[in-house]
Amino acid sequence: MAPSQSVRAATAQGATLTERPLRVVMLGHVDHGKSTLVGRLFYDTHSLPEGRYESIREMCRRRSMPFEWAFLTDSLQAERDQGITIDTTQIWFHSQKRSYVIIDAPGHREFLKNMVTGAASADAVVLLVDAAEGVREQSRRHAYLAHLLGIRQVIVVVNKMDRALYDQERFDSLAEEMTEYLASFGVTPRHIIPVSAQQGDNMVGLSSTMKWYKGAFLLEALDSLRALPSADDLPLRFHVQDVYKFDERRIIVGRIESGGMRVGDRLLFSPSGLQGEVASFESWRAPQGRALQEASSGCCVGIILKEQIFVERGMVASHVDAPPRYGHVLRGRLFWLSKTPLKQGQIYRMRIGPSDHGVELSSVEKVIDTDDLTSTRVKAQQVPYNSVAEVILRSRSLMALDDHSAHPLCGRFVLRDGYHIAGGGIISLEGLPMMTTQTAVQDEHKHIYQVAHRVSTTDRARRNHHDAGVIWLTGLSGSGKSTIGIELERRLFLKGYQVYVLDGDNVRHGLNKDLDFTPEGRAENIRRVSEVAALMRDGGFIVLAAFISPYREDRDLARRVCKEQFHEVYVKADVATCEKRDPKGLYKKARTGAIPMFSGVSAPYEIPEKPEVTVDTMALSLEESVALMMDYIHQHFWQGGKHG
Amino acid sequence: MSKLDSLTRLEQESIYIVREAYHAFDNLALLWSLGKDSNVLVWLLMKAFFGRVPFPVVHVDTGKKFPEMYAFRERYQKAWNLDLLVGLCPPLESMDSSLTPAARSAARKTAGLKDVLAKKKYNGLIAGIRRDEQATRAKERVFSPRGADGGWDIREQPPEFWDQYNTDFPPDTHVRIHPLLNWTELDVWRYIERESIPIVDLYFSRKGKRYRSLGDQDITHPISSSAATVAEIIEELAQTKTPERAGRAMDHEREDAFERLRADGYM
Repeated sequence: MAPSQSVRAATAQGATLTERPLRVVMLGHVDHGKSTLVGRLFYDTHSLPEGRYESIREMCRRRSMPFEWAFLTDSLQAERDQGITIDTTQIWFHSQKRSYVIIDAPGHREFLKNMVTGAASADAVVLLVDAAEGVREQSRRHAYLAHLLGIRQVIVVVNKMDRALYDQERFDSLAEEMTEYLASFGVTPRHIIPVSAQQGDNMVGLSSTMKWYKGAFLLEALDSLRALPSADDLPLRFHVQDVYKFDERRIIVGRIESGGMRVGDRLLFSPSGLQGEVASFESWRAPQGRALQEASSGCCVGIILKEQIFVERGMVASHVDAPPRYGHVLRGRLFWLSKTPLKQGQIYRMRIGPSDHGVELSSVEKVIDTDDLTSTRVKAQQVPYNSVAEVILRSRSLMALDDHSAHPLCGRFVLRDGYHIAGGGIISLEGLPMMTTQTAVQDEHKHIYQVAHRVSTTDRARRNHHDAGVIWLTGLSGSGKSTIGIELERRLFLKGYQVYVLDGDNVRHGLNKDLDFTPEGRAENIRRVSEVAALMRDGGFIVLAAFISPYREDRDLARRVCKEQFHEVYVKADVATCEKRDPKGLYKKARTGAIPMFSGVSAPYEIPEKPEVTVDTMALSLEESVALMMDYIHQHFWQGGKHG
Repeated sequence: MSKLDSLTRLEQESIYIVREAYHAFDNLALLWSLGKDSNVLVWLLMKAFFGRVPFPVVHVDTGKKFPEMYAFRERYQKAWNLDLLVGLCPPLESMDSSLTPAARSAARKTAGLKDVLAKKKYNGLIAGIRRDEQATRAKERVFSPRGADGGWDIREQPPEFWDQYNTDFPPDTHVRIHPLLNWTELDVWRYIERESIPIVDLYFSRKGKRYRSLGDQDITHPISSSAATVAEIIEELAQTKTPERAGRAMDHEREDAFERLRADGYM
């Protein structure tokens, strides 16, 4: 028992006093030997509680069962009976270097939610592959999920080498297969180790059975891993949990997820946009009896602000110069763990930190087959149980958002289905309309006083014999918006209407030639066009606005800007039809990638939910389409009695 | 992640959890067993809520605790200004006679807790269990729902990750909240040392014996130890490989005794 004493002594001397234990999750296909590996590792590092090994041996003898290392880990009766790990077990062990929390997660498919529970907080993953059976569906699936959960350090263990007769070629081919798969989503394994957990080969020392292997043994590989990097260097994000008023103080409590905060800092609360200065940190029994002056990531603090501003749970405080972005839409890459599928058009509760939003599943962009990442089902209606998908989520309330790539801790969310958390994912804001703090929050009209016209809307309508309004034509490129708009303009003019077409391409030659096709560019394009349309409407015109305007968000903005007599017309034609027409050859270019962010091809087009009119150009001819619109406009706008 | 030392990190995680619980449940209570872990919990609650525990503190009393424990309860209820509620347990004779003696004794405690729950209708109960105590507890969630009968369904536990907890449950469910789940026994002692948290004297060695875990007088046995201070206990624990609950008779009568107790609502 000599090694045991030294292992323990190293721990007692304080190697782990300040360092957090490294959290390692064991993943892999069912029966590839995770529990065996853990049991063996504990035994070999002398980390088992006294008597555990003996009592399990004794239990096996009493029941006339062969002893298995896994019994040490699976010490629940239910598990022994079923022979599978049913939930996540967390257990601790120590090496000479540091202490570890080992999370032994189940490999059985139906227990994926427990695996996620176990793996989500891990610093590293040990991925087991059975040398005899080879790489299986769950080997790949678990690796992909670990990546989705944000675990970046991967050790691949090729287990049961004894059953593969310690064959180097077998090991090399499995190692290559795993390396290739992991590389397909950008992961490079730190180590790939041939092991027999059953026999104890390459566990806590190099085994003589595989002299061809020159790499690290498992314990050595584990010791080479690092704890997660500090979030102190990221911009400040303070998630507000609550506001306490136990006494005369009004204390805002929450956790600093990243960055740091000091007394005197000016904080911006999102999404309200209100600002306040940190007056003090409050605490009971502060260290050394001194009031805190600053706090860093990971700290749960209580602060008092200088100003009395409205703050509530769910808000995010940042520094004024590095705020989150604001928007109603996010793209999520998520895993779904409920037996009821995630359905398009349904409302779910979403949480990002303590903030809670009602969100609609706007669309399922793709369901990702984790077994073979290349084959994905595009535009599904729902996300089935235990699958991974890319979706668009839309919230009624304004959200403060961070992209996962820039901010791993804040750029993630969970979805609830009924009572339970049923899915989680990471946030991508790429290709979505976002607002900066300024446009979302600032009162743009603070110092602007409007002058009143002396010619009223009614006066203009009386002279023109029709009401003014905005006909907003939305649809994919090639759906027929401009064609319909131009013909409609000609006909209406002939009937005596004051009418003008605002066309997307035309506007981008002048007024909006400074804008690009990013979501932000598109949003600003639509904002300006809406303002122009509203002015022309005030001038008595019927404005025919023909814009792809792919985001519901932007069209809603147009509706808000125009206030009244705004009519959304969905010029309906699917991608395939438009692509066949392709009047400007744009689809061809989009497919080759020459035009990035092309709506319907490489950027989303969100179908209008409740347009005033739908003109289906796949079913109607141009003549029929224009006739339909003439009727509609005549009914809604004409005041001059019968036309001649 | 951050550069906080591991004790501070654990402390801060626990504070986050109890504040989430306080927000989520309108009828919350703390289970105070008078043991070292639940005193650490009281301490963390005082930190989370700036010098107070803003909800009731329940002691499920078997009537068979050590006199030192009752003295401790009286003293610190006053010192910490706790809103204490003592729940008494039904007589032993009314318990399932097929259970082993110690488990039967523990079942009394479960029944006592169920009585309190029936009367007070708490929808959230904070308890000081830890994953490293016992293999079954390793499977626990931080927010762990119990059915109307107080039972724990280990197979149907909802997922829990990224510090997002399940806080919505059907009526008649109550939720156990376990802020110390990720702590180890050694962490608890180091924290007691760092913060000078008061604990019952029985943990310290007298005449070569001390209690490592405190239960009822008749089913808890002291261990051989000369550790008479917190520092000495920490040193002793760093060397030992004996499980913490070795002195708790109910864990050892049958290999599944503890799991059966928990499934039935035992903390």
